[in-house]
Amino acid sequence: MKIKTLSRSVDEYTRERSQDLQRVFHNFDPSLRPMEKAVEYQRALTAAKLEKIFARPFVGAMDGHRDGVSCMAKNPNYLKGIFSASMDGDIRLWDISSRRTVCQFPGHQGAVRGLTASTDGNVLVSCGTDCTVRLWNVPRPSLEDSSISSENFIEPSATYVWKNAFWAVDHQFEGDLFATAGAQLDMWNHNRSQPVQSFQWGTDSVISVRFNPGEPNLLATSASDRSITIYDLRLSSAARKIIMMTKTNSIAWNPMEPMNLTAANEDGSCYSFDGRKLDEAKCVHKDHVSAVMDIDFSPTGREFVTGSYDRSVRIFPYNGGHSREIYHTKRMQRVFCVKYSCDATYVISGSDDTNLRLWKAKASEQLGVILPREQKKHEYNEAVKNRYKHLSEVKRIVRHRHLPKPIYKAMGIIRTVNDSKRRKEARRKAHSAPGTVVTAPLRKRKIIKEVE
Amino acid sequence: MEISSEDNNLMEKVLPTVEQESDVELETKVKKYLRGEGANLETLKDKKLKTQLASREKLYGKSAKAAAKIEKWLLPAEAGYLETEGLEKTWRVKQTDIANEVDILSSRNQYDIVLPDFGPYKLDFTASGRHMLAGGRKGHLALLDMMNMSLIKEIQVRETVRDVAFLHNDQFFAAAQKKYAYIYGRDGTELHCLKERGPVARLRFLKNHFLLASVNMSGQLHYQDVTHGGMVASIRTGKGRTDVMEVNPYNSVVGLGHSGGTVTMWKPTSQAPLVQMQCHPGPVSSVAFHPNGHLMATSGKERKIKIWDLRKFEEVQTIHSFHAKTLSFSQKGLLAAGTGSFVQILGDSSGGSSHNYTRYMNHSMVKGYQIEKVMFRPYEDVIGIGHSMGWSSILIPGSGEPNFDSWVANPFETSKQRREKEVHSLLDKLPPETIMLDPSKIGAMRPSRRKEKPSRGEIEAEKEVAIEAAKSTELKNKTKGRNKPSKRTKKKKEMVENAKRTFPEQEHNTAIKKRRIVEDAAAELPTSLKRFARKN
Repeated sequence: MKIKTLSRSVDEYTRERSQDLQRVFHNFDPSLRPMEKAVEYQRALTAAKLEKIFARPFVGAMDGHRDGVSCMAKNPNYLKGIFSASMDGDIRLWDISSRRTVCQFPGHQGAVRGLTASTDGNVLVSCGTDCTVRLWNVPRPSLEDSSISSENFIEPSATYVWKNAFWAVDHQFEGDLFATAGAQLDMWNHNRSQPVQSFQWGTDSVISVRFNPGEPNLLATSASDRSITIYDLRLSSAARKIIMMTKTNSIAWNPMEPMNLTAANEDGSCYSFDGRKLDEAKCVHKDHVSAVMDIDFSPTGREFVTGSYDRSVRIFPYNGGHSREIYHTKRMQRVFCVKYSCDATYVISGSDDTNLRLWKAKASEQLGVILPREQKKHEYNEAVKNRYKHLSEVKRIVRHRHLPKPIYKAMGIIRTVNDSKRRKEARRKAHSAPGTVVTAPLRKRKIIKEVE
Repeated sequence: MEISSEDNNLMEKVLPTVEQESDVELETKVKKYLRGEGANLETLKDKKLKTQLASREKLYGKSAKAAAKIEKWLLPAEAGYLETEGLEKTWRVKQTDIANEVDILSSRNQYDIVLPDFGPYKLDFTASGRHMLAGGRKGHLALLDMMNMSLIKEIQVRETVRDVAFLHNDQFFAAAQKKYAYIYGRDGTELHCLKERGPVARLRFLKNHFLLASVNMSGQLHYQDVTHGGMVASIRTGKGRTDVMEVNPYNSVVGLGHSGGTVTMWKPTSQAPLVQMQCHPGPVSSVAFHPNGHLMATSGKERKIKIWDLRKFEEVQTIHSFHAKTLSFSQKGLLAAGTGSFVQILGDSSGGSSHNYTRYMNHSMVKGYQIEKVMFRPYEDVIGIGHSMGWSSILIPGSGEPNFDSWVANPFETSKQRREKEVHSLLDKLPPETIMLDPSKIGAMRPSRRKEKPSRGEIEAEKEVAIEAAKSTELKNKTKGRNKPSKRTKKKKEMVENAKRTFPEQEHNTAIKKRRIVEDAAAELPTSLKRFARKN
């Protein structure tokens, strides 16, 4: 006869010394856990509520400019710094951690329209309505913090005057060229006082320009004839052009998928295109109620941030039609430029009220050093909330955002307008011969034509 | 080249048989961890959703495989067993024989505590099996630590105690005394007197919901939330006095056995029972639920024990035995039945879906002892027997779950771990609405309504019909001066108004009701949570 009974010796199941960790044992058998789905649902509800409790996205404002902030530039080599320029010609370098001006580059006579840093971070290029392009030497960030408080004034290393006012500037990745947008698209070299190359298609001024991060010879521009044009420097001519219904204010390339670009349009939506196939938008991101002024992608390539004329900043997923998050403050007026920080943690917005504002990209994120146990708990909360976020109680809490009254009312009006348009279209279709009234899909609706 | 590839194929097909068997074992284990069938993705038309769900299903498969491998290799302990050779039968094995074969730690678990003065004892164990509460009919309450065999606290309440139950851990326990039920702390102080319930016959605690369920001497079922003390439900069962009450651990449904032979199942949110089953021709003596929630054992005075399948609500097996006064299932599925001074343990000889309970072990105690309650101790191969002369404990190999999970129930808990666990379980407390017969329905899709809500056109049409009917009714011709034309027209107008009013008033009333509910709910909320109140 063979008999065995359970006997647990205390030594095996408890710790030896008080400085050891407690011993834990796992048994993943589902029969030990009755009602596990209900418990999980309860945890999802609690996680959603906790996320809302800890959602404090506004970190701080950077005050200093004397006129509205018109453009910003990231320094690719230095995470803590950001350049910003205002409508009165003032350019500043800010230290994000202390939210103070490190260095001031005064010099432009009128509004500064474009700002960009070279890839190695040593040269800052700015252009403005006073028809000049100025190059500045960026001071190296020193180890002592004492220099941060004193504002240094620096002279430009080079000033190039040209024939027309400039609207935008962008620097090539891994190259020596930078492009300015004005009456036409000009390519400049650091050392030449005249543009090396010039492109023009049509007679309208070019509003914005952006180089492709993956392909250094490709760049996208938008012009005031409501078009988006892609240029290839090797061809020395334009590659492709599409004309839309409304003007595009800004373009951004996806850093992780460099063939895709997203255009911030005047009609309040952003259109994502595949650069190789411009006749149809990949995705239409609609949530702003007024013109979208600026757009920037996160370094992960999964999200982008937009700043709009309707006084709000929104964060969209790269493939989703609606925004994940909206940031607004009573004091923030028209947002003219936004940047996503290079570590994908912060979003910086520059607006008409002369302030740059620093926001967290994930509103309820805990900043600073997080213990691995805390990190696991955050990940678990995120995962369990995503599993049940389609159920009504959890969805209600997750989706809840406070909108400022003008935006809320404007969204209601837009909804009724679109509903009535759709109804009228449906009636027209129902009362006409089948096939005569064709509704274009949303992705194609706003594109008038493509030109070679 | 071709020949060598053929050889390779042959090699892959001919696996050693040992590995094949272990593959089959792993498959069954993986099925257990998969928790049901995967979703049918073929019917989906949305390609994005389809790929997302397909990748998720793959992850589920991976995690189930990892869990199955952990179960195979990494679990620290193995289950107990009792195997006889040759002509020996397992039910002839006595406790003394077991004591000879087993180590010292286990043989310490066989004992008899003789306390003849204080009446038949009822027992309860905490979820981890570490602490035991013994309540004697004549008022003796004792809280013991089973690991050290030490008495933590004993009190004499000097009135009849009908039942005892632990709350969520060993810090609190409840005793059903002569007139009311009381809640005591670990050091014996009386914390609460639960007057609303009246004289209580049985007390049970629902762990996930923090509900103390009780049935009183007039057959009323009460559910009280012990975190805030509010009475969640008082249900009049309508079936008379009973003291047979058990909780199904799988779905937290309370099962009552009645004197008419019916077993009814209750949840706190409804006044009518979920299920009524006619189990025995006479009164039901005892009910017990299997931990997996699919089996129920009932016993009646006609000396039969019946095993029921709770998914189909039909009888699986009848065991002709004695009149079992008390029944209990162990974590591994062994069934204990006690009567007089005799305890019989029945085991499931066939695994899988068909259940066949046969004799496994017997134990008879000294002739004078009357067994009041048998209860298996969690995570140990031990059964506790409360009887008229005190309580005993005997060894039943193979009854306890060998591997505990520290986050579910930890017999070696320190006080810090206990406090943390209390907080976590309070955060995970389930609302009483989650008690249902099939708890896996939570988070699942609701089946589509068979009857559609009437659309606006349909409502309008109905309204027209009602108005027509009201207009065309003929009024009775009244005599004696009561048939004035003005009164007649007024009455007709009133009828048409009534017919019109029923329709919009419904919508108006529901809107008013909704607003009132929302306002009440908003008024109850603390100010910090007011922004979550729905504003319509």
